[in-house]
Amino acid sequence: MKDFIQVLTRDLKVSLRRWSELCNPLIFFLMVASLFPLAISPEAPDLKRVGTGVLWISALLASLLALDGLFRDDAEDGSMEQLVLSPIPLTIVIAAKILAHWLITGLPLVVIAPVVALSYYMPLDTLTTLILALILATPTLSVLGAIGAALTVGLRRGGPIVGLLVLPLTGPVLIFGTRATDLAVQGESAAGPLYLLGALLALAIALGPLATSAAVRVSLE
Amino acid sequence: MMEFLRMGGYGTYVWSAYGVTLVILVINIWWTYRFYRKSREALGEISENFSKRQPTIRKTS
Amino acid sequence: MNLRWFHKLASPPYFYRLASTLGPWLGSLSIALIAAGTYGGLVLAPPDYLQGDGFRMIYVHVPSAYLGMMAYVVMATAAATGFIWRIKLAHAVAVSAAPLGASFTFLGLVTGAIWGKPMWGTFWQWSDARLVFFLMLFFLYMGYLALRGVTEDRDKADRLSAVLAVVGVINIPIIHYSVEWWTTLHQGPTITRLDGPSITMDMLVPLLIMIAGFSVFFVWLLFVRLRGEILVREKKSRWAQELVQRGRV
Repeated sequence: MKDFIQVLTRDLKVSLRRWSELCNPLIFFLMVASLFPLAISPEAPDLKRVGTGVLWISALLASLLALDGLFRDDAEDGSMEQLVLSPIPLTIVIAAKILAHWLITGLPLVVIAPVVALSYYMPLDTLTTLILALILATPTLSVLGAIGAALTVGLRRGGPIVGLLVLPLTGPVLIFGTRATDLAVQGESAAGPLYLLGALLALAIALGPLATSAAVRVSLE
Repeated sequence: MMEFLRMGGYGTYVWSAYGVTLVILVINIWWTYRFYRKSREALGEISENFSKRQPTIRKTS
Repeated sequence: MNLRWFHKLASPPYFYRLASTLGPWLGSLSIALIAAGTYGGLVLAPPDYLQGDGFRMIYVHVPSAYLGMMAYVVMATAAATGFIWRIKLAHAVAVSAAPLGASFTFLGLVTGAIWGKPMWGTFWQWSDARLVFFLMLFFLYMGYLALRGVTEDRDKADRLSAVLAVVGVINIPIIHYSVEWWTTLHQGPTITRLDGPSITMDMLVPLLIMIAGFSVFFVWLLFVRLRGEILVREKKSRWAQELVQRGRV
């Protein structure tokens, strides 16, 4: 447990030093969400209808963008190999790194999302559900993204295909997330999808770091 | 016969479905055997190169 | 459990010979089964009381979709076996299964769309969970092949794609149970129900024959592609060289 905290704090410190880079996914999220009204229609009724989808897709794509930073720097300066060789179980290390990554990239997304939601004319009382859904969904996306990042970090031409690897796995998260948001917009209880998002998160936390560390080991050879 | 082709009105759909199935299956057969043939040829080339190599003759002084 | 047989099976030259002998038989058997199933499905089976003769598309759609999923399970199992026990041949099985599985999945999507148009009024339905997850299956295959394509070292490619394949295998039960978990346009399971199939025998038999035919077809081409794959991987080995020289490849 102490090791977990140790890796976590180290990663957070390292990331916060380059905080301008961390803003990129956030800015990307805002930009994508801003482009949709230009592409679809700026009228209120249209935006109300597509708001949920736009929000979630933008969040998904922003998470994807953020992935690159997860392992690449460590892999490049050799500290990844040290972590693999250290006595701390790699799964714990990976879990801590993913958590750090989510705190830096996913959590800000959750904070900013309500602003975007309001700009899409989503009613105020849907915001709690939206935030809750995103809090459950974004870590899962980070875990899934970590698997993709770990698979491609050792490859020269691996960058472009991370999305292709990760996106099919994010289907259920997207489905439940948007369903929860839609139910909230309609004024109904979103408990069902929220529970399912929670279940997906539990599954991701349980199995994700394992798969990621397997991939990391192979990638670093 | 005409009744058979019409498939109770669904003819276009039924025959398109069976048609695309046939096409995909045949393409798979062709493509798989092509891969196998190419692997064999590649192996044959290497084998030829191996056997064409002359043993090096060392001069002993 | 004859462990020695299993050990022999994992040896490339032995498996290669086995696959070569079985090949032609599997080929003829699969073609015979598919022909019989097609005849049974198009001619012998009675028309459905709801869909008339249109239901006959089931005989190509269901086997394709089923094989698309089965091939993935084969791929993931083989990849996992290769990863855990470091059996090269298992990795060869996985990489050989992938293009076949992708084709079947593609075929399942296309035949499903063709069937959907007259019956449900639309080629595609985003709100149908099974369709969406089956489409994801296709993307998983594409991701697997893309990852292999981009990895330069074959050993690395084997093991990276193994991780991907195993992670994605969760999609298979999702597809299967999606018709039970969500209300979809797809009907519930008709064959794999606990209280027996809910379809009449004269409609069921051609379907089972087609599924068997497609399965044997898959194994047939899997073996052919495997032989090619083994030759590529083992091309520098003595047994392969001897095989070529004796003209018995």
